[in-house]
Amino acid sequence: MSSENMISAKSISLRFDTEDSVVNALQNVSINISRGEFVSFIGPSGCGKTTFLRIIADLERPTEGEIEVNGMTPEEARRARAYGYVFQAPGLYPWRTIAANVRLPLEIMKYSRAEISERIQRVLSLVELNGFEKKFPWQLSGGMQQRVSIARALSFDADILLMDEPFGALDEIVRDHLNLQLLKLWLKTNKTICFVTHSIPEAVYLSTKIVVMSPRPGRIIDVIDSALPKQRPLEIRDTKPFIEIAQRVREGLRKGQSYD
Amino acid sequence: MTRSFLPITTIAVFILFFWYCFSIVLNSSWAYDRASRNSQTLTFKELVYDTWSQKKPKLPAPHQVFSEMWETTFNKNITSKRSLVYHTWITLSGTIAGFLFGTILGIILALAIVHDRATDLSIMPWIITSQAIPILALAPMIIVVLGSMGFTGLLPKAVISMYLSFFPVVVGMVKGLRSPEILEIDQMKTWSATKTQILFYLRIPRSIPYLFTSLKLGIAASLVGAIVGELPSGAISGLGARMLAGSYYGQTIKIWSALFAAAILAATLVALIGLIQKIISRRMMLQL
Repeated sequence: MSSENMISAKSISLRFDTEDSVVNALQNVSINISRGEFVSFIGPSGCGKTTFLRIIADLERPTEGEIEVNGMTPEEARRARAYGYVFQAPGLYPWRTIAANVRLPLEIMKYSRAEISERIQRVLSLVELNGFEKKFPWQLSGGMQQRVSIARALSFDADILLMDEPFGALDEIVRDHLNLQLLKLWLKTNKTICFVTHSIPEAVYLSTKIVVMSPRPGRIIDVIDSALPKQRPLEIRDTKPFIEIAQRVREGLRKGQSYD
Repeated sequence: MTRSFLPITTIAVFILFFWYCFSIVLNSSWAYDRASRNSQTLTFKELVYDTWSQKKPKLPAPHQVFSEMWETTFNKNITSKRSLVYHTWITLSGTIAGFLFGTILGIILALAIVHDRATDLSIMPWIITSQAIPILALAPMIIVVLGSMGFTGLLPKAVISMYLSFFPVVVGMVKGLRSPEILEIDQMKTWSATKTQILFYLRIPRSIPYLFTSLKLGIAASLVGAIVGELPSGAISGLGARMLAGSYYGQTIKIWSALFAAAILAATLVALIGLIQKIISRRMMLQL
């Protein structure tokens, strides 16, 4: 793994000024993410993990601090289509077929026809959905819809994949399956992945780096570099190193928690 | 269709029943007057027969209206001024023209409002105010002004129709164009889509269901506009003109038959739009 910085954030803060109060969504967040890493952001709701992802994506602007995405400002990175973003909901258009949904960003980015159909085939096979091109979203299960959404985010070959609780709405069996698939996909494509979750096993299973966050104000409590091997069968979750990392994540979450 | 047959028939039977009853009640004084002038007394049977067959009744009986409609629809040359088809066509052409103008104007205004905050703030209050003015008061002014500019006939009617029909289109389309969820707009931003791309790929398809609801309201309003436009213009053709002429001469049967023609026309137009909506939403896989 090269140590080249893909995302580097220096003392990022973001305040939302509402009429009766000031919300510190993020306070003094600094982190470096190298090319090819799989980084999970974990923490309770309100800890700013999604907000941080949105800052990387230029969907929010920080009030303080500096951030570089692939050597550019977030806005430049967004314009250069440096990342694919997978949202909590699949966000598929009901009036478009699966192929047409995957085609959407490619049409917007004005790829040629030949290239579009080649890419649709390639990314749909990456998420194991060949043969579903002509189906409509409502004909697919929730898990399959989310896979389409991942295929769509991969279609334009961005180096970074930002994923905001993509499997949060799915049941645990489907989730396990998709985690396995996502790892395979990551090994195959060597993308840099930022993954927001509030599931400890998911975070430990997937990541090379786990960022534990806490709310009010949103900040980083702990950054854990995982020593687990890149090849991870699901059974790795019962091994000692896995359980140790999970324990450290849990401790971090407890430290940041103030149940008031 | 078959499921709604029974309830609709039930209501129709009720309406017809009360209508016949009211015909007897409202037309009875005329029947009694005439009988007393001729020093006659009326049995109930004679009274009923009289009240349901007067030439200028206060409330014509349903069969009188329908036979008048039948007569003026099927037994008159459709180019004749006595033909109901002819008058319906005149009103329909004004309605369609006004509806098309109104829809186009409504969509253009909605696009401007959604894309430009200044337009939203400056124009929207005027659009709402425009609908607070009674159209009956405004229609003669529109006809006078346009008439002095040399426009008579179809155009003034179409303008009045447009004035009524653009409003539901603006309101519906503004709502429809703004109906995409925040997630969908964010998603578009992550792809660096331009405003135009967001409009065509997302906002317009999302607004289609809203558009059709508006079009149904718009076409009905257009028809009202066309009829109102025929009232003060001294027009000699059109359903509005026929209603007015009927009221000058106390020909209530004629008024009612024009009224029914207008209602049937409105129902047909709304149903037609509903049909187009069904076809398009099936194509777009939208469950409406």
